[in-house]
Amino acid sequence: MENKETYWSENLRLIFICLAIWFAVSFGLGLLLVEPLNAIRLGGYKLGFWFAQQGSIYSFLGLIFWYGAKMNKLDKKYDVED
Amino acid sequence: MEELQLYTYIAVFGTFALYFGIAWWARAGSTSDFYVAGGGITPLQNGMAIGADWMSAASFISMAGLIAFLGYGGSVFLMGWTGGYVLLAMLLAPYMRKHGKFTVPEFIFDRYYSKTARIVAVVCLIIASLTYIIGQMKGVGVAFSRFLEIDYDNGLYFGMAVVWFYAVLGGMKGITYTQIAQYVVMIFAYTIPAVFISLQLTGNPIPQLGLGSTLADGSGVYLLDKLDMVVTELGFKEYTTANLGGTLNMFAYTMSLMIGTAGLPHVIMRFFTVPSVQAARQSAGYALVFIGLLYTVAPAVGAMARLNLMNTIEPAAGQNLEYAERPQWFKDWEKTGLLKFEDKNGDGKIQYTADKVTNEMVKVDRDIMVLANPAIANLPNWVIALVAAGGLAAALSTAAGLLLAISSSISHDLMKGVLTPDMSEKNELFAGRVVMTIAIFVSGYLGLNPPGFAAGTVALAFGLAASSIFPALMMGIFSKKMSGTAAVWGMVSGIGITMLYVFQHKGIMFIPGTSFLGGMEPNWFMGISPNAFGAVGALVNFAVAFALVKVTGPAPAHIQDMVDNMRLPGKTSAAHDH
Repeated sequence: MENKETYWSENLRLIFICLAIWFAVSFGLGLLLVEPLNAIRLGGYKLGFWFAQQGSIYSFLGLIFWYGAKMNKLDKKYDVED
Repeated sequence: MEELQLYTYIAVFGTFALYFGIAWWARAGSTSDFYVAGGGITPLQNGMAIGADWMSAASFISMAGLIAFLGYGGSVFLMGWTGGYVLLAMLLAPYMRKHGKFTVPEFIFDRYYSKTARIVAVVCLIIASLTYIIGQMKGVGVAFSRFLEIDYDNGLYFGMAVVWFYAVLGGMKGITYTQIAQYVVMIFAYTIPAVFISLQLTGNPIPQLGLGSTLADGSGVYLLDKLDMVVTELGFKEYTTANLGGTLNMFAYTMSLMIGTAGLPHVIMRFFTVPSVQAARQSAGYALVFIGLLYTVAPAVGAMARLNLMNTIEPAAGQNLEYAERPQWFKDWEKTGLLKFEDKNGDGKIQYTADKVTNEMVKVDRDIMVLANPAIANLPNWVIALVAAGGLAAALSTAAGLLLAISSSISHDLMKGVLTPDMSEKNELFAGRVVMTIAIFVSGYLGLNPPGFAAGTVALAFGLAASSIFPALMMGIFSKKMSGTAAVWGMVSGIGITMLYVFQHKGIMFIPGTSFLGGMEPNWFMGISPNAFGAVGALVNFAVAFALVKVTGPAPAHIQDMVDNMRLPGKTSAAHDH
């Protein structure tokens, strides 16, 4: 069934976008790029340190809710809601 | 009785009475109640229960203490233990909920159409959960020993008795409602002292902002800059940049914790309790809201505790505290043996430095930081009492969830699923309770010989879950063709190589003296610590499975259809038995 497959590929695309951001805010900004970022300050925080201990968690939260909302729309579009 | 003890007894026994009351009111009558709470928990309730289930003694008691001493290096715990929820929400929870079974091994059995796969999953699950429980037991022992003023061993025995009473009665239904209460107790106990301390130090009541603010002493210096200065003067690593074994190690450590979080059966099980696929996605979000509340406060607690500790011992440079004038909390923790002073230069004053030769604080157990924190900051006694109750809520709620995961995997998967399929529901419930009892004794024994501080022990459990369960589940959903045999060998080699690596450095089942290569850092593979090795194990798991599936051929057509069905929401039935 074509319908089923496009639903799945749209889902995969969303997951890919979310996980790219997930990786960027934690492993990227909080870890691999921490040293250059620490040169920038956010109040008393060094920016890299802030991403590692605060910013990544806020981003994760945003990601999950954004994904959930997008998927709910997708479920409606393909009429597969509960 | 002195005031503090009175308050502590009121707080601890008051909250215990509440939990027991709820557990009794919502006790399990059927196996569906016992395993998945009848499938009728709302996403908000479930999110809160996941929060309590998830935030263990390690999160509550140990993590801020670890961050206090590791500084930036402690970020691996913050990112690792929250990032996993993104993976859960997108890669596992909705599809596993759609499939609708009671336990993780049962899902693996269906997907990989093999009893061997189910047994391997049970074994992986038990090893990971048991390791995790050791951390809880250590936390329980520390908390009880402090406020009942008994030694660690007796504190642990007392904790085992309480956990037993609590978990065996509850089942998933009782546990879920109790955990909601425990979450509330825990979050108040964690944030109230943090708000007070943040106000004291920076004048900002929100700890997340206080950590980035200037000190309230009028100096205009940022708190973190001051902390960096104080610790580097004594020879410790700079707080905001102190690395944990190099970037590669931190990367692997964070990754292990993230995929381990997504692979821990007691967390995944919780997603079987909600009514729909949409609710499963939403639950993960709510769970992270409730978890994030504590996790974004923790770095503030850690940094501020470290600063307060340093300031107590050395109020101004060169003016060290006289041992005879040490504060009451210092004496209290000395009694537990977790804090030790040795007057090496005989001047009667306390010198706390990074140099092992001159350092006189010969033991500062990191696990005591959160519990001692309010006393160090001179907060009122009722706040200190609340923290004790919160620490116990954290340890108890997680231990209960883990014991449920262990007992369901043995009674439901091993006994009912494989050995004695015609067991009655009543007998299955009874078997579940007996298994829980045995698990408590085993973990109690291991709690007496713990391999490291609580969060470190827990980190190992994550490595084990990361290397076995997560890859198997993910491939089961995202690779239709993955075959049973390939997945089994993937799991076996993933957890095998991780355990080999951990045990050769930390001792077989953590029994001291049985480590066959010693804990020698030079032997670490590319500098990756045993706690961080789960990520490597997971890679091995994926690699072995994808290589073998070329040999075994793809999964049969009916299994591929089942996977298709999992991927599409719609008309989810309540989690059911077979």
